[in-house]
Amino acid sequence: MELTLAIELAYWQQLTVKVLAVLIIVPTATAIIVQTFLFKVMAHMQSRLGPMEAGPHGALQLMADGAKFVQKEVLAPARADRRVFVLAPVVVLLSTFLLFVVIPAGPSGVAEDLDIGIFFALAVSSISVLGVLMAGWASANKYALIGGLRAAGQLIAYELPLVLAVVGVVIQAGTLSLQGIVRAQAEGEIFGFGLLGLPFVFTQFIGFALFLIATQAELTQPPFDMPVAESELVAGYQVEYSGLQFLYFYLGEFGAAFAFSALAATMFLGGWWVPGLDLDGGLLSNLIGPAVLFAKTMAVAFLIFWIRFTYPRLREDQLQTFAWKYLIPLSLLNILATGVFKVVF
Amino acid sequence: MTAVSDREQRAYIGAQAADARVNVELETDGMTLNLGPQHPATHGTLRIITRLDGEQVISAEPVMGYMHRGYEKLVEVRTYPQINTLVNRIDWLGSFANEVPFILAAEQLMEIEAPPRAQWIRTILFEMSRIANITLFLGDMGVQLGAITAVFYAFRDREHVLNQIEAATGGRFHPNYDRIGGLKEDLPRGWVAETKSVMDKVRDFCDEMETLLVGNEIFETRTRGIGVIPAEVALGYGLSGANLRASGVDWDLRRDQASPLVWSEVDWKVWTHPDGDSFARYWVRLQETREAANIVDQLLDGLPAGPIMAKVPRIIKVPAGEAWVSTENPLGEMGYYVVSKGDLGPFRVKIRTPSFNNISVVPWVLKGVYVPDIITILASLYFILGDIDR
Repeated sequence: MELTLAIELAYWQQLTVKVLAVLIIVPTATAIIVQTFLFKVMAHMQSRLGPMEAGPHGALQLMADGAKFVQKEVLAPARADRRVFVLAPVVVLLSTFLLFVVIPAGPSGVAEDLDIGIFFALAVSSISVLGVLMAGWASANKYALIGGLRAAGQLIAYELPLVLAVVGVVIQAGTLSLQGIVRAQAEGEIFGFGLLGLPFVFTQFIGFALFLIATQAELTQPPFDMPVAESELVAGYQVEYSGLQFLYFYLGEFGAAFAFSALAATMFLGGWWVPGLDLDGGLLSNLIGPAVLFAKTMAVAFLIFWIRFTYPRLREDQLQTFAWKYLIPLSLLNILATGVFKVVF
Repeated sequence: MTAVSDREQRAYIGAQAADARVNVELETDGMTLNLGPQHPATHGTLRIITRLDGEQVISAEPVMGYMHRGYEKLVEVRTYPQINTLVNRIDWLGSFANEVPFILAAEQLMEIEAPPRAQWIRTILFEMSRIANITLFLGDMGVQLGAITAVFYAFRDREHVLNQIEAATGGRFHPNYDRIGGLKEDLPRGWVAETKSVMDKVRDFCDEMETLLVGNEIFETRTRGIGVIPAEVALGYGLSGANLRASGVDWDLRRDQASPLVWSEVDWKVWTHPDGDSFARYWVRLQETREAANIVDQLLDGLPAGPIMAKVPRIIKVPAGEAWVSTENPLGEMGYYVVSKGDLGPFRVKIRTPSFNNISVVPWVLKGVYVPDIITILASLYFILGDIDR
């Protein structure tokens, strides 16, 4: 993290700090998401208690689970394509790590403020499908193969609405940089009332909805969890994985859930900025910014997981119909409307 | 039946030819996918060998017997009271309903009639085991389609019904409460009022499922038009219960045959649905659960006083003869054909279980569907493995 410190750091020192920060943040974020939503929120929604024994209100359950995964033997089927099999979870995890690089958590709290920030995020998030396909193919298991091919098959059905949903935001902000998008929202006005800024959710509500729907598919969550589909494909592409490798998939999935919630919070809810924070730097903004972003991220994540726990699963061809007949035309209309408003006002 | 199988044969040959053509043109190869015996969607140990082209099923063949426990043989070396505890393990979710037809068959042979109060309580518990059984289906269907929350609600509300069954019989799952000539014991004090409040909870649960699943667009797209079984096919394969009524056949043994049990005393309705698809099967079961709660309510209101046991000899010897008694169980028609030679135990018992016949339609109905629909259809046909294999 590029904090405004008095000392000047050399390039390699900065790089080390950034890499370390991302390496720490991804597992922590994943742990928080899993513990909060998968263990407790889901349990309470289903009128259960969830884990209660490990720590106060089961708060340490994830540590026990993590320790369990580390202890387990890493197995591979005899006919598996060994190298691809081992590489697949790493590819999925890599994609998640790269996502975190561009998400800003403060005026200088970003690993790399790329000019094409959001484009980069959406591009690297697609890499995970490659890992899923590799896992499905290399497992030498029919269920895994169907799961992997489903993941590849549904890729285009949701990637397109995902990108198109973002285009509206990009047009309105006039930049692809996530830091720029936060700035545009902070400096915006609601009918001349500029104190709260203009979170894009007010103007891009269609884009927000489309983004959340496409995110469900990106994260292979219900109603679009066909690649894992527990009741049909048992666990799809993950079926042959155990121990640490399985944990990698888990980290990848829920890390991405956090990253996409953070992206949605950044693009539609104003990101790390709240009224009173200095946009250009300063210690206060850098300290409070991450907390604000975290709160907004958890709010979006709650929405995402709420849908996950409630909805049944679509069929693969029904997803294609849904995407091509409804999501994509709607997102194109949204872009058109945004463009018109941008020119008129 | 012949016409149906002829047409089916021709359709099958046509489909095979079409598949062969596709395979030659695209140089694709079919794949055999083995579902089960250990598969989360098979409720136990059913195995289905499917031949797939891509994700489309070319043929499917159910393999059963992984849970065969040999009840028909076991009952030959046991006395009648002992058999009672065996047969309630056939359909383990609606156990009490398994005991009733067997006891009725034995009573018919002995020419004993249980007193009215016993018959009323039998009917009440029969309907309560129907509720305990089908509530689980109503939630489980959600899980099979990916909506995990529904089943936890089902488990939560089924618990109230099981508590009442336990309070009356002493057994949560396997009551062993029915006796030749009556019941083991009378209902505990306060049971009637408590059961009424539980029935309200059951109706609330049905409303909840109606909003959570039936009203859900994704649930409808996943179930409407999936696994359509026309009425003549359903009759041809010997389907019974809600599976048959969902195909539009108005047939319910509770209404259509004379029985010592007292369904004729109360006002209720047989629900049918014309579509015959997975949605219809879910919908019919949902309505039946409500209807069962209404039946229980009415029976509780009119529960007569009196003894619960008829005069029965201390050592039960059933006179020689043959009897067939079947009832409308939660899963469909369940019957016992009891052959007695005048001993302490029966000479031979043939058990007709609904799931065995219901599952026989699987090869027909799975032809040409996609892999996710296999799960939908199997879930909506609703079978219990113990009921298939016995």
